[in-house]
Amino acid sequence: MNMKLIRYTRPDLWSVSPFEQMNTLRDEINRLFEMPFGELSRPGEFFTGWAPALDLREDKDHLVATVELPGLKKEDIEVSVHEGVLSVSGERSQEKKSESGETYRSERFYGRFHRTLSLSKPVKVEAIKAAYKDGILTITMPKTEEAKPKQIAVNVG
Amino acid sequence: MNTLTPVEKNREVAKAEPCYAAPDVDVFETKDEYVLEADMPGVNKAGLEILLEGNELTLTGRRQPASGEGTFLHHETARHDFRRTFVLDPVIDAARISAQIEQGELRVRLPKAEMVKSRRVAVTD
Repeated sequence: MNMKLIRYTRPDLWSVSPFEQMNTLRDEINRLFEMPFGELSRPGEFFTGWAPALDLREDKDHLVATVELPGLKKEDIEVSVHEGVLSVSGERSQEKKSESGETYRSERFYGRFHRTLSLSKPVKVEAIKAAYKDGILTITMPKTEEAKPKQIAVNVG
Repeated sequence: MNTLTPVEKNREVAKAEPCYAAPDVDVFETKDEYVLEADMPGVNKAGLEILLEGNELTLTGRRQPASGEGTFLHHETARHDFRRTFVLDPVIDAARISAQIEQGELRVRLPKAEMVKSRRVAVTD
């Protein structure tokens, strides 16, 4: 059997617009010049971290966000919505499991992650639901009445 | 002469070939076993297929169909199914390989055969 095998690319790295990436890089470079030398050894935001892939969909009544978060615990995920910005953060901790042996491959990400996304429509914050299943976090946000499309009757007069 | 036909046919086949993503994997060894952990978000027990052919272990994870509809406002996930093949160390006892998947995290335990484990031999008089 001849199958195509492609490497799972982290989509978030290229879905961010190049201008935004340039801005982040510029900020990072500015930061390098401004900070004391002792801080240089500490890695900056541009080069570290884990940015899990995030989707946002819209249907008639809801905005639905899904985030790929394999192998976390429910307690380690935080979701909040504040001033129209959805924020998902958490931590994937690396268990001490390989202490008695040798590690051959270590490709997975561990540590803290934080994603934010501004919502284009107002949502009912108190009615937001989040569910975590099969390593995918689904956040269902009902739109406010004003944000729903409305049919307007046309009168003949 | 119709030499073009087979080429066209191959193209059709190429189009129909499924496209997979290789999951990120950690592999480590303990005294008694190798442990392989793979990230397969969106895959559960029903979508998982583990095939052992000779000394090749192939992991295939099929994602559950996406729930919900609507138009994408922001789209980052690739939604490919996962597949990756590993060549196993001959010391692995293929009969005792076990696997479990929890929240899209697959863990495969590959125990070493009894004969290769180090054992202290008692010296008799």
